[in-house]
Amino acid sequence: MSLAQHLPALQVVLPLISAPLAVLLRRGAVAFAIVTAAAWTAFAIAIALWLQVAADGAISYHIGNWQPPWGIEYRIDRLNSFVLVLVSGIAAVVLPYSRASVEREIPRESHYLFYAMLGLCFTGLLGITITGDAFNLFVFLEISSLSTYVLIALGRDRRALTASYQYLIMGSIGATFIVIAIGLLYLMTGTLNLADMATKLAAIKSTRPVLAALAFFTVGVSLKAAIFPLHQWLPNAYTYAPSAVTALVAATATKVTLYALIRFYFTIFGESMVFKSLPLPEIMLVLSLFAMLVANFVAIFQTNLKRLFAYSSVGQIGYITLGLSFDSVHGLAASIMHLVNHGIAKGGIFLLIGAIVATLTTRQGMPPAPTFDRLAGLAKQMPLTCFGIVIGGFSLIGVPGTAGFITKWHLILAAIEKDQWWLVGAILISSLLAVTYVWRFVEVAYFRAPPAGSAPRGEATYALLIPAYVLIAATIWFGIDTSFTVDTALDAAQLLMHNSR
Amino acid sequence: MFGHFSYIITVFLMVAGLFIIIARGNLIKKLVGLSIFQTSVYLLYIVPGKLVGGTAPIISPQYTVYSNPLPHVLILTAIVVGVATLALGLALAVRIREAYGTIEEDEILARDHVVVAASHEEPV
Repeated sequence: MSLAQHLPALQVVLPLISAPLAVLLRRGAVAFAIVTAAAWTAFAIAIALWLQVAADGAISYHIGNWQPPWGIEYRIDRLNSFVLVLVSGIAAVVLPYSRASVEREIPRESHYLFYAMLGLCFTGLLGITITGDAFNLFVFLEISSLSTYVLIALGRDRRALTASYQYLIMGSIGATFIVIAIGLLYLMTGTLNLADMATKLAAIKSTRPVLAALAFFTVGVSLKAAIFPLHQWLPNAYTYAPSAVTALVAATATKVTLYALIRFYFTIFGESMVFKSLPLPEIMLVLSLFAMLVANFVAIFQTNLKRLFAYSSVGQIGYITLGLSFDSVHGLAASIMHLVNHGIAKGGIFLLIGAIVATLTTRQGMPPAPTFDRLAGLAKQMPLTCFGIVIGGFSLIGVPGTAGFITKWHLILAAIEKDQWWLVGAILISSLLAVTYVWRFVEVAYFRAPPAGSAPRGEATYALLIPAYVLIAATIWFGIDTSFTVDTALDAAQLLMHNSR
Repeated sequence: MFGHFSYIITVFLMVAGLFIIIARGNLIKKLVGLSIFQTSVYLLYIVPGKLVGGTAPIISPQYTVYSNPLPHVLILTAIVVGVATLALGLALAVRIREAYGTIEEDEILARDHVVVAASHEEPV
């Protein structure tokens, strides 16, 4: 077999090896180089896999040459090749950024551990996405979660510790619920291979253990993906984590769990069971509306910029679940494309906030919280950084020309397709709330005088700005040239709905 | 009724664990609850895999009834995950004790509020 045939395994194995190597070599700079190289290679592999799947259809890779359903199968189709590109792409951007940011936020002696954890974190996320085995999915979920808890606890504020502890408790409950669901499915079907499980479940669809499995899985994933009202861990975790970690986790972790939800709903349980015979779409619709309106409303009143955008994330996850609740190709496609469209915009914004924090930090001092009183008049001193945040904010609002608009457009099309005109109003109201919270930042940074007696601050260094601007530019790019996001999402949605029973 | 005896135990442990996590404010006790909760899942997997009189799946003319080995393998992995979670949780509890001087949830919240109130009184 040539190397190209092993790309699916290398996608996960290379980042996985980079983490222990980083620990063994112990030097911050060497660890950084290894994990960054792994992230870039993973990104290249993800693009290669995406192209291969787009050309020849789904890939099935048998780990260790054991035939599925006995061995572990990696299965890559249109949907997860798309998510792989997102996760590895964000990791490839965040890692170069983290070097300059970590210098100021984390004590030098634990740098190598930070990079090792970052490597493990995106290994886990890539693994969840690529695997076709239910228990394997749980193991990767825990690899990424445990490393995320550590990364959040590395924040310098002591509240990072309590945020991490809270996330650990809620995340572990969520993960255990997912194992219970997988256990029940295994009891009923005798297989762990997702494709095999799907065919065996068809005959016993509405038995009680399968329904219980569906319930446990839904609640478990809702905890992990911070679906309203199970999002309590998210604002604190995003606010107190180191900047690079916030960007990576906000852009990828919740998206990957939402991918797992889509995968289980459509491929395993089947669309007819989840959406036709149960009141799940109605519940999902109501919760999505609450997320879009309540979380966005709460975001307006935050005084910490990181916390403001954390609440905005809960609202944006509402758009993704809203698309799912439509149970149509267009709705599903809107959800899938928003995984990427929101991921890059939010990743870019958190990277730029990190640039502000790093610039405000004095040598060896505590990094200050990006509260609004510290940000007054900042646009004169850091014009590029503030401008980038505003562009990212436009995408959250859904201004035409940004990626966020594309999602909203498809969501509205899906709503009209279902004759739900009032939902168009709800989407517009939640966009107005987004305008309000982005305007709060604009007002403080552009129109307020800097606090008296504050030292003049320069623009952030290019090491911080360039990675952030890559994501901001991607937000604009995917708002204009939608061939990657929309085409892949529509293709994936059609395949999912078509193959679903 | 007794046919489902093992499931009743499993569900009892599951609910007891969840209750401890929610009802207790002490960070260590919460972790104890989390461990009980996770342990109940080990039972959920292993019990149906075991047959009375079944042996390990080794081909031999003496034995005809085998237990399913796969759940045991899965749960070995889950135990490792559980140990890692518990270790990390305890490490965080130690760090929280160092930073706050307490591991009671309500006292930690109260101390954070005092700090927030004090920082608002400072002239900006």
